[in-house]
Amino acid sequence: MGLTFALYIGIAIWARAGSTSEFYVAGGGVPPIANGMATAADWMSAASFISMAGLISFMGYDGGVFLMGWTGGYVLLALTLAPYLRKFGKFTVPDFIGDRYYSNVARTVAVVCAIIVSFTYVAGQMRGVGLVFSRFLEVDINTGVYIGMAIVFFYAVLGGMKGITYTQVAQYCVLIFAFMVPAIFISMTMTGNPIPQMGFIGSMTDGSNMALLDKLDQLHRELGFAEYTSGTKSMIDVFAITFALMVGTAGLPHVIVRFFTVPDVKGARVSAGYALVFIAILYTTAPAIAAFARTNLIETVSNEQYADMPEWFNKWEQTGLIVFEDKNDDGRIQYVADEKTNELTIDRDIMVLANPEIADLPNWVIALVAAGGLAAALSTAAGLLLVISTSIARDLIKMQIKPDISEKGELLSARIGAVFAVMVAGYFGINPPGFVAAVVALAFGLAAASFFPAIILGIFDKRMNREGAISGMVVGITLMLYYMIKYKLQGFGGGTPDDWWFGISPEGFGTVAMLVNFVVSFTVSRVTAAPPQEVQDIVEDIRLPSGAGEAHAH
Amino acid sequence: MSKDNKAQKYWRENLIYLAVLLAIWFTVSYVFGIFLVEPLNEVRIGGAKLGFWFAQQGSIYVFVLLIFAYVYLMNKLDKKYGYID
Repeated sequence: MGLTFALYIGIAIWARAGSTSEFYVAGGGVPPIANGMATAADWMSAASFISMAGLISFMGYDGGVFLMGWTGGYVLLALTLAPYLRKFGKFTVPDFIGDRYYSNVARTVAVVCAIIVSFTYVAGQMRGVGLVFSRFLEVDINTGVYIGMAIVFFYAVLGGMKGITYTQVAQYCVLIFAFMVPAIFISMTMTGNPIPQMGFIGSMTDGSNMALLDKLDQLHRELGFAEYTSGTKSMIDVFAITFALMVGTAGLPHVIVRFFTVPDVKGARVSAGYALVFIAILYTTAPAIAAFARTNLIETVSNEQYADMPEWFNKWEQTGLIVFEDKNDDGRIQYVADEKTNELTIDRDIMVLANPEIADLPNWVIALVAAGGLAAALSTAAGLLLVISTSIARDLIKMQIKPDISEKGELLSARIGAVFAVMVAGYFGINPPGFVAAVVALAFGLAAASFFPAIILGIFDKRMNREGAISGMVVGITLMLYYMIKYKLQGFGGGTPDDWWFGISPEGFGTVAMLVNFVVSFTVSRVTAAPPQEVQDIVEDIRLPSGAGEAHAH
Repeated sequence: MSKDNKAQKYWRENLIYLAVLLAIWFTVSYVFGIFLVEPLNEVRIGGAKLGFWFAQQGSIYVFVLLIFAYVYLMNKLDKKYGYID
């Protein structure tokens, strides 16, 4: 694990940024395949690596919302946004919005949205870092977060985008290796097939010759849980959450900025393809891990003597992430759906980390998984911090407060911005708000509700103007924040799931807020003046692929 | 063919490709994975129910193919209209 850190820092020094263009977008000269890997690492956060398989493990079919949502959003991004934004050739999303809507108000609204989205997201990453350190280095969780802050700080602040890109390539390799090794081992033992994706649809080797998923459904029925392959959410909610995650993904500022780092439009297209291949390897393995882990867990603990539990059980108990309460005093663990008789509570976040231990794999595999989890958390945190610092230095200071700032001064303020962002992220890591996990999902809703319509309409609707985009973004993000605060954080009088609008949960509400944003933008733009001719020319221009190189020079 | 005319034709073909690819995108995820999940679950692929499989595996494979199909189609389109750097 120490080795992997030394590697990241070495790369950061080697690729130190010398100019603002290198700091923001690595000088626009990263080869598509490396950029694809970096995008994948950026994309796959601690949430993907540590939490997702665990969530699916507990949600069954409903967990598909994350799988389809996050990969499907990628398709949307690759087809409808990436090539055009690359052609546009500016550094950030607020840059695009500010220029396309010829307005500093629009730019500021976009900066504020970008910062809200990035901070909500980064808070979750820091929890991931703390979780891994506290369990595996057996240090205090705060010390863990300080170490994480120092490392992120070092390469994000010094290296900028160039450093981050190459570090993320290394991190992708670490994290995918760490994810696959235990999956292959476990798939081999449980189903006899070394490919987890095949093991997932294969049969058990325990002699029963039953399909793995049928076995799991059977176990669930016996314990009173909903069938693994059916889930419990309503269809409309599954639809809304998937859609919100998809468009939210496409609107995430730290992922969009990735497409500014390739040489041309063609590069942006193919780089998105590579990135999705790299992402898909993890995303198709995750549901397999989820099913294996779930089966293993139930078979290990259900109705067994508490005293016979293996070592991992006790270790996780000490962290408070597994809790056993012997309600009927029989010394056995009753793990059932009924709250009154259930004696075991398991934190969903531990499934991926504990999985190799549950399956009794060697220690080096377990350490590898920890290193992978950190790689995932750090790469995403670094990417987000960069977006925050760029937004502050470029979109606020250079574009609005002090336009005559020198290149050096701009680079310096970007770095100060990064320092500030690391501090705030560290604060969240040490004092995590109780609702971190939920807030990460909501970051997608916020991105969906604010950016996505403004960017899409900016490219595909020439008639879209300043007034429409600003009112859409403001209405969208306000509505989303209101719903989130009311039903998630119980503000404004709160409410229960019975009060949800159309039966849609706060996680899925981004879909509704986004539609409202579209309608508002469209209506307002049609009753106000058309955008000036030179802006319409910009739109014409970004629709054509050639000349992206020139557009980039500045 | 005038310059603007060419650009417009290029854009229209681009939009047609997008519409087709996004229709497939919608079908494999929302239609197969969510709306029709129950009827599809009657069919099996290996040890898994088909609807469930689309939601957790199949849609992702199709997504990857879609992006590469897009890259291929667009590169061909660029060549046809001479938009190459």
